[in-house]
Amino acid sequence: MERKVTLKRTSLYVSCANPANMNQAVFYNEDCLVYDLEDSVPPAEKDAARLLAYHTVRYHRPEGKYVLIRVNGIYSEFFEDDLEAAVRARPDALRIPKVESAAEVRMVSEKIGKIETAAGIEVGSTELWCNIESYLGVLRAEEIAKADPRVVALALGAEDFTASMKATRTKKGIEILYARNAILLACRNAGIDALDAVFSDINDEEGLREDTMLAKNLGFDGKTVVHPCQIDIVNSYFTPSEKEIRYALRVLAVVEEGRKMNKGAVTLDGSMIDKPMELRARTTLAQAAAAGIKIGGLGSDNK
Amino acid sequence: MQIIKPAIAGTTESSDVQIMVSPNNGNGIEINLNSIVKAQFGDSILETVKEVLEAFDVKDAIIQIQDKGAFDWVIRARMQAALCRGSETPFDWKQVE
Repeated sequence: MERKVTLKRTSLYVSCANPANMNQAVFYNEDCLVYDLEDSVPPAEKDAARLLAYHTVRYHRPEGKYVLIRVNGIYSEFFEDDLEAAVRARPDALRIPKVESAAEVRMVSEKIGKIETAAGIEVGSTELWCNIESYLGVLRAEEIAKADPRVVALALGAEDFTASMKATRTKKGIEILYARNAILLACRNAGIDALDAVFSDINDEEGLREDTMLAKNLGFDGKTVVHPCQIDIVNSYFTPSEKEIRYALRVLAVVEEGRKMNKGAVTLDGSMIDKPMELRARTTLAQAAAAGIKIGGLGSDNK
Repeated sequence: MQIIKPAIAGTTESSDVQIMVSPNNGNGIEINLNSIVKAQFGDSILETVKEVLEAFDVKDAIIQIQDKGAFDWVIRARMQAALCRGSETPFDWKQVE
């Protein structure tokens, strides 16, 4: 199944235990809205939260956003019912917490496939984001990223990861540098998106800017945010520069020219342009368009 | 579905609705609605509540509703949760399309 290029600059969690927050969350500028059934929902409210998530996503999903449901952990008592509800709600993706192996991903994918079949949903259409939140998940990021075609992103969960490492979580984030790079390498190798961890202090704008700049420079595609006040700042760092947009337009121009001339391979400035570079160029333009940047000439149709 | 014990779902927070269901000892359906938007949306809220009761085949229950301006889909979700809790029956996701 061919995947669309989608923006993932910011993803905002909203608790399915709180209808007011669920209603408000659609009005912010996040690219991805994650309806949460896990940490933000008390155990006694899981059943009600599941129903709320289902009705909201199935019948009143926000337009223009990539919609996810974060289910409870794979080995939790809530997981099976979460999957049944979440897949039937038809979000763009499920966000799976604490993934630690390719076998887990394949097991989840198989379960999702059965539910899709039973519910008359196109098999394979439900995408997966895997949260990497432990040293084991980081060590196996490469196999997790390539475990199944449904996997379109890995996201680092830094708090749990540092706890598993007996490390101290700091604002500078040196303790998660290896994990960030390991996840990036795994994602680039698999051709999927890499999403950075949250910056927890919502009152430290300067710290958020430094952390986001680092994530952008390392190569991440976006970042999870903990509060709506972080969205616009994070979006600004993951919005392409004019130089990046111009290069993307040139990449797509030579690709188009190559297609017209039935060329198997094309070059730009002496470098081979391959499929991932074309995809990155399309992503760049999609990010620019989402940010309201007007793009003229070839490429404006390549959102 | 048989309501066998009192049960509550939802909260009295803004944009939510709290629904309490309890057995009615063979006296049919009794609905008490208290809503901050009763004048505007009372009929619509009752229609949603009755739809869920019918879908769950509940014929005997007292339904007490404290609405704080919840949207239709929130009312529907809270009703389903309250009925499942009051009947001690897990929601059957396999019946959902």
